[in-house]
Amino acid sequence: MRQFALSIALIFTAGWSAAFEIENRARFGALDSGQVLRIISTADIRFFEPMIASFLAEYPDTEIDYIVASSTEMMRAIYDEEHAFDLAISSAMDLQTKLANDGKAQRYVSDATQSLPDWAIWNDMLFAFSQEPAAIVVSKEAFGDLPIPKDRHELINLLRQHPDRFRDRVGTYDVRQSGLGYLFATQDTRASDTYWRLTEVFGALEARLYCCSSDMIDAVKTGELLIAYNVLGSYAVNREDRSDFEIILPSDFTTVMLRTAMIPHNAPSQELSAIFVDHLLQRSHGQDAQPLTQSGLDLIQMETSLNRIRIGPGLLVFLDQLKKRAFLSEWESAILQN
Amino acid sequence: MRFLLIEDNKQLASAVVDRLMLDGHVVDHAPDIQTAYDFTATTDYDLILLDIMLPDGDGRTFLAQRRNQNSRTPVIVLTARSEVSDRVGILDLGADDYMVKPIDFSELEARCRAVLRRRGGEARNLLILGDMSFDSLSGTLKVGEHTIQLRARELRLFEILAKAPGKVFSKASLMNHLVSYDEDVSENAIEVYVGRLRKHLQNSNVKITTIRGLGYKLGIE
Amino acid sequence: MSAPVAHGSIRRRLLLSLLAGAAVLAIVVYFVVQSVARQVAQESQDNVLAASALSILDSARYSGQEINVDLPYSALSMLDSISDERVFYAIRLENEFLSGYDELPEADGTVAGVPAFRSATFLEEEVRVASVRRRMSTDIGQSYLQVSVAQTLSGQKQTLARISQTSMGIGAGFFLVSVLLAAIIARSTIRPLDRLTVSVSRRGPKDLRPVAAPVPSEMVPLVASLNSFMRRLKRSLTRSEDFIAEAAHRVRTPLAIVRTKAEIVQRKADNPETRTALREMIHAIDDSSRTAGQLLDHAMVTFRLDHLSQDEISLLRLVQEAVERLRPISEMKEIELHAIGTEDSIIQGDPILLQNALHNLLDNAIKYSPAGARVTVALTRHNDGGEIRITDTGHGFPEAELDRLTDRFARGANAESIVGSGLGLTIVKEVVEAHGGKMYFENMPGGGACVSLHFPLP
Repeated sequence: MRQFALSIALIFTAGWSAAFEIENRARFGALDSGQVLRIISTADIRFFEPMIASFLAEYPDTEIDYIVASSTEMMRAIYDEEHAFDLAISSAMDLQTKLANDGKAQRYVSDATQSLPDWAIWNDMLFAFSQEPAAIVVSKEAFGDLPIPKDRHELINLLRQHPDRFRDRVGTYDVRQSGLGYLFATQDTRASDTYWRLTEVFGALEARLYCCSSDMIDAVKTGELLIAYNVLGSYAVNREDRSDFEIILPSDFTTVMLRTAMIPHNAPSQELSAIFVDHLLQRSHGQDAQPLTQSGLDLIQMETSLNRIRIGPGLLVFLDQLKKRAFLSEWESAILQN
Repeated sequence: MRFLLIEDNKQLASAVVDRLMLDGHVVDHAPDIQTAYDFTATTDYDLILLDIMLPDGDGRTFLAQRRNQNSRTPVIVLTARSEVSDRVGILDLGADDYMVKPIDFSELEARCRAVLRRRGGEARNLLILGDMSFDSLSGTLKVGEHTIQLRARELRLFEILAKAPGKVFSKASLMNHLVSYDEDVSENAIEVYVGRLRKHLQNSNVKITTIRGLGYKLGIE
Repeated sequence: MSAPVAHGSIRRRLLLSLLAGAAVLAIVVYFVVQSVARQVAQESQDNVLAASALSILDSARYSGQEINVDLPYSALSMLDSISDERVFYAIRLENEFLSGYDELPEADGTVAGVPAFRSATFLEEEVRVASVRRRMSTDIGQSYLQVSVAQTLSGQKQTLARISQTSMGIGAGFFLVSVLLAAIIARSTIRPLDRLTVSVSRRGPKDLRPVAAPVPSEMVPLVASLNSFMRRLKRSLTRSEDFIAEAAHRVRTPLAIVRTKAEIVQRKADNPETRTALREMIHAIDDSSRTAGQLLDHAMVTFRLDHLSQDEISLLRLVQEAVERLRPISEMKEIELHAIGTEDSIIQGDPILLQNALHNLLDNAIKYSPAGARVTVALTRHNDGGEIRITDTGHGFPEAELDRLTDRFARGANAESIVGSGLGLTIVKEVVEAHGGKMYFENMPGGGACVSLHFPLP
């Protein structure tokens, strides 16, 4: 697959003509074919490129217009501004669920969708194609002789025993800023009360708050952080300097985010969308799967402690304004102790 | 011949009796089965004519009784026309023949002869005249060792002549005797039959002679 | 006899009635099952919606001058637990929208704490809405907090489709079982009728005994009238036979008496004129007697043809018996009577009628042939049947009248002088044709008549 030559990759950093903000944009395949598949995605081009390449290998006469936006902007683009895309790919499960729940997705049924496991499909609208665990990433070098915690209890104990060492050197998502951080946090609270204790410990250690997993990992790399909590494991695994890190999937429970695809209700090239969804699902599931996230993290072995986030209206609960307001105020009071 | 007629219709019976007597037969009439038993107990008959429907029973019971007693007297049953389907049963019970009523006398005569001839037995009505003997039942004429079987009309004619040898019969009276069963007998026919009979008798001393103007008579030369 | 006119069939009518009943019942079952199930499905959905709405309502607190609703996770996730459903909710304080979906319609309930339900369309999809409200004390006084929860119907539709299928299956199964039962019932109901039919149709033509086998009470009147009809028929048939016999007797006996008397008088009469007159009288009496006999014969034949029995008859025996029977008569008339041929054919029919027919033919042949003639009865057998051929050496049939010969009362012109009527041949022809045979007349090349009867083998 690596031999696959990108025909032309045009990268726009400039603004989209619309109101929503795009982060990146690339075009692949036969540019003048007239068959355009417009994908809006929260995933980096680099991350999704292999999937596009394998699709174009099978359907060379297709152009793919890949637009990267944050989950919030994507929500705005589809929900509020009603831009037409053929496929919406997002790691923000709650927002994807809201889009689908509120009628912004269309149903699609095929052999590929019907063979999906129950957790990977919702209402024939949302299709999960990757599982990405929230991990604890630790810098091996900086940790030195400290024991590597295997679960949250050990982490709490470790932090409490060495407050001076960890002060200001613990990082996690700023849930007010990051949709994914918010999703991980709310799911953590559902799974166990440990989250609040941990957050309080973080607050006491004046934890740093980040917008993105990559920033956190970079911070661990530079030694700015000793430990990063709720980092997308795949981001750490896929780095070239992976060996510098200890990637911990907590054994009490590991929250797993599902990246999902949906076909918007107003998709202009629905047939192409359908073909792409089938391709996406066939490559991600089943025996011959070539998942995008070769995580190196053995999820199957720890199936019992996996806390796969369930797609469904339950996710709407934390989107509720009142609920979110209450949650954030509680979170703030825990983590911002100063 | 001696007949027993068992018949309940008095008028019919009397006509039959008269008619048979006219032919020179002796006939007893029994109107019912009981009387018939009385007659047969005391008299031997040559032939019994039996009606089926009788006031005191079925003629077939009489038939069965006679058979049990091994009586040899032939019986001709007189049946009504509708009783045809019963004929087989009648013959099985030992009747020798049957006739449908009312009786056609020429048929009766024919059947009587047939029955008696079938029965064989001794010739009870043998007439011997000169060197000739005549069995009217079987219709055979015997001259010396030579036996001739007479045909119906020859027999009929010869019977009339042989019953009264020497008596002269006119052609007309002979015709009368034959007319009852034959329509086309003419005076010429009488001459033809007489001629045939003479031929049969040519070796006998019994001859039929013509009495010119009067008729014929049978006599010994 | 003409076949009875069939108008409908009891079995079919019974079957159709039973099936129609079963079909109606099956449809009723289908709808009842479906409506009950639909109600149950609706109720269970409403229960879940109500539980969800109540759990949201319960999580509401008034504190710090505002309403806090700590939306329980399960409140919405429970709605999605059986099938994937789209879920909507709205939380309102009086008419002020607090959270959820502003546009969501609500069900109007009057009593606080008791959920109300309605079906509505939201975001272009059918939804079921449960609304419940509760009184809350706030700073500005008492207010109603109202929670509405809605759910799409895909699960319910699936359930209903399944129920519909199941009730269809129940209805169809019910119908199939009914079809089977109806067929069995119809058969067992008709069976006594079939048995009766078989028992009556298997009887011989003369079997007029009453039906004695037990029958269901509904059929008793039918069988009773059938029995009564057969009794009357039997009586009537017996009467006809008796009548024929009686008529024969009544007509012919006096004629016989008169004839005998006339013969006696004629024999004794000396006057030739008287004798001629008497002979003519005797002639006329014979004619009448024979005609009466043949008329009655014909009546008897007609009667028997209507009830033709099917016995096995040997033509050889038939011929031999007839020849034996008539031999005395033929001898008396000095006519040679012969039977030739020994190849037998067995046909089916009425022996009395065939006897009568053959007797008639031989009687005719003997009667119309002059003394010294020869009458031959030849029996032959062909591939397709048996043939009886009666030839004589008499005068033969008049050529012009061969065709008309068998017409009733048509008498051969040369037979005027001979006692008898054309009825004899008519009888023969009817009998032969009733047995599927044919009668042919022809004249022999050397003179003399020939009548042949062809009988097909069964």
